[in-house]
Amino acid sequence: MRTRTIGSGTTLQFTNLSKSFGTVRAVSDLSFTVEPGRVTGFLGPNGAGKTTTLRMLLGLVNPTSGVATIGGRRYSELEKPLATVGTALEASDFHPGRSARNHLRVYAAAAGIAPARVDEVLGIVGLAEYADRRVGGYSLGMRQRLGLAFALLGDPDVLVLDEPTNGLDPEGIRWMRGFLQSLAAEGRTVLVSSHLLAEVQQTVDWVVIISRGRSVYEGSLDGLETGQVVRIDSSDRAALTNALSSAGAQVRPTDDALLATGITAGEAGAAALAAGVPLSLLITESVGLEEVFLQLVGSDADGTAAGTTEGIARVSA
Amino acid sequence: MIGALRSEFRKLTTVRLWWVLSLTLFGYVGFTAGLLAGVFGSLGDQLASSPNAPQLPPDALPPLIYSTVTAVGYVIPLILGALSVTSEFRYQTLTPTFLASPRRGIVLGAKVTVLAVAGAVFGIVGLVASMGIGGSILAVSGIDPQLGSADTWLLAGRVVIASALWAVIGVGVGSLITNQVASIVVVLAFAQFVEPILRLGASIWDWTAAVGKFLPGAASDALVGSSIFTSLGTGTTSVQSLEWWQGGLVLLGLGVVLALAGFLTSWRKDVT
Repeated sequence: MRTRTIGSGTTLQFTNLSKSFGTVRAVSDLSFTVEPGRVTGFLGPNGAGKTTTLRMLLGLVNPTSGVATIGGRRYSELEKPLATVGTALEASDFHPGRSARNHLRVYAAAAGIAPARVDEVLGIVGLAEYADRRVGGYSLGMRQRLGLAFALLGDPDVLVLDEPTNGLDPEGIRWMRGFLQSLAAEGRTVLVSSHLLAEVQQTVDWVVIISRGRSVYEGSLDGLETGQVVRIDSSDRAALTNALSSAGAQVRPTDDALLATGITAGEAGAAALAAGVPLSLLITESVGLEEVFLQLVGSDADGTAAGTTEGIARVSA
Repeated sequence: MIGALRSEFRKLTTVRLWWVLSLTLFGYVGFTAGLLAGVFGSLGDQLASSPNAPQLPPDALPPLIYSTVTAVGYVIPLILGALSVTSEFRYQTLTPTFLASPRRGIVLGAKVTVLAVAGAVFGIVGLVASMGIGGSILAVSGIDPQLGSADTWLLAGRVVIASALWAVIGVGVGSLITNQVASIVVVLAFAQFVEPILRLGASIWDWTAAVGKFLPGAASDALVGSSIFTSLGTGTTSVQSLEWWQGGLVLLGLGVVLALAGFLTSWRKDVT
């Protein structure tokens, strides 16, 4: 692989992206940026719209509105798509009767990539000795590796991987982690989707979390981890919500209390006192990464109290 | 475009379907041509002495037997073309295909081109069977296989063209009916059942015959210039036939219309 200079990489830009399938709104007004030189995690529960978003970036699905670009251009406008963006979507896009080597050669031919590169990527992902076996006999882990080999064919600046650790054994997951980080360290843009935070926690430098087709968090993992929740309540919830909001907190109502983020318990108490709102409850809860993730996607997942209390239950457990 | 062509060529040659269907075509055509040559070759004298039987002068036999490639075997290149599209939908290989070549029209154009060439090769495979096996049996029966005649080789050339066009029509059918099983069922039902009945029914009146000659199988037989169907029908009913070039245009037009319709529907859909 050729060496790159960090800083010359390619940025992915998702702008007000929306997609409806019939009456189902899969993605709603989604905007975020993926920077080069780091691994960005694209997280959300199954059905949150991750795959649809990635397929809109890759020109496979037409957005209802909005646009997704790679270095400022749409996928269909790329002169050498495979040399710009390497993609591994679900591990099922193979003809079972074709060997791994021939599978890659088919697409190398379409993209004008030399056949020697096919053997090279098969070696990189550790499939060289199975290259002439039909893909139909491959295990899920081997298919994931073949998917990655396809992504690497054009030695691209950008890698877009959908659930790449699905079906990998622990050793394979560790290998994938190191591999993605080395790709990012070379200045490439790496976007990895997952429905499990734990799977990418040690790999990603930046996360975009979506739920129900909407972005619910974009930032570093540290920003998520340090997040604390203040559980607070009053008989006059409306006044309390106003007081906390004007103090700069994000407030979310649940059945049994208000949950405030972006504020400490002390600040929240002071804000309530200043507004003359009597408090019935004030607790600080420190939340782990997984809980924050579940809260974020849970509260937005259906917008009802049930989803929220489930998140809270996990917090207090 | 060259990359897309090479990619489509590799797709076709790297799975077993290609030679499974060639062998099927060879066996099917070889058997039919051999049987016809054997039956008419040995019974020729008896047929001539019974005035009610269909009359087939020995000169008419070789083209009839050689044209079995398209008269009965056209369904094989048709299926090859249909499967080349439906397997992409079935195994979701349209995803890597469109990732490597985002311009979908070029992909379809490349597929049509490669399948036309493959259909032509299938035509040659079929001719080896019909002329090799059928011709040998004719020669053994004492009938001139006319292998030195320019007309025979013109017919062979038109068989190759017809077979290429059938494969293109297959691409169109597969693009419109993307479900693999449904596509094969429709192709087989139309080729083996619906069209033969329509052609038979169309020969009842003059005005239906004028329409019936535009049926794809009838157009294909017109293009080739000979067929077991038209030969046996002669004299008993009002079978009409297009000129050979008109038959070719009907097949070409059918292929283009189906491929365009497929492009405007399934090929432009979201790939999910």
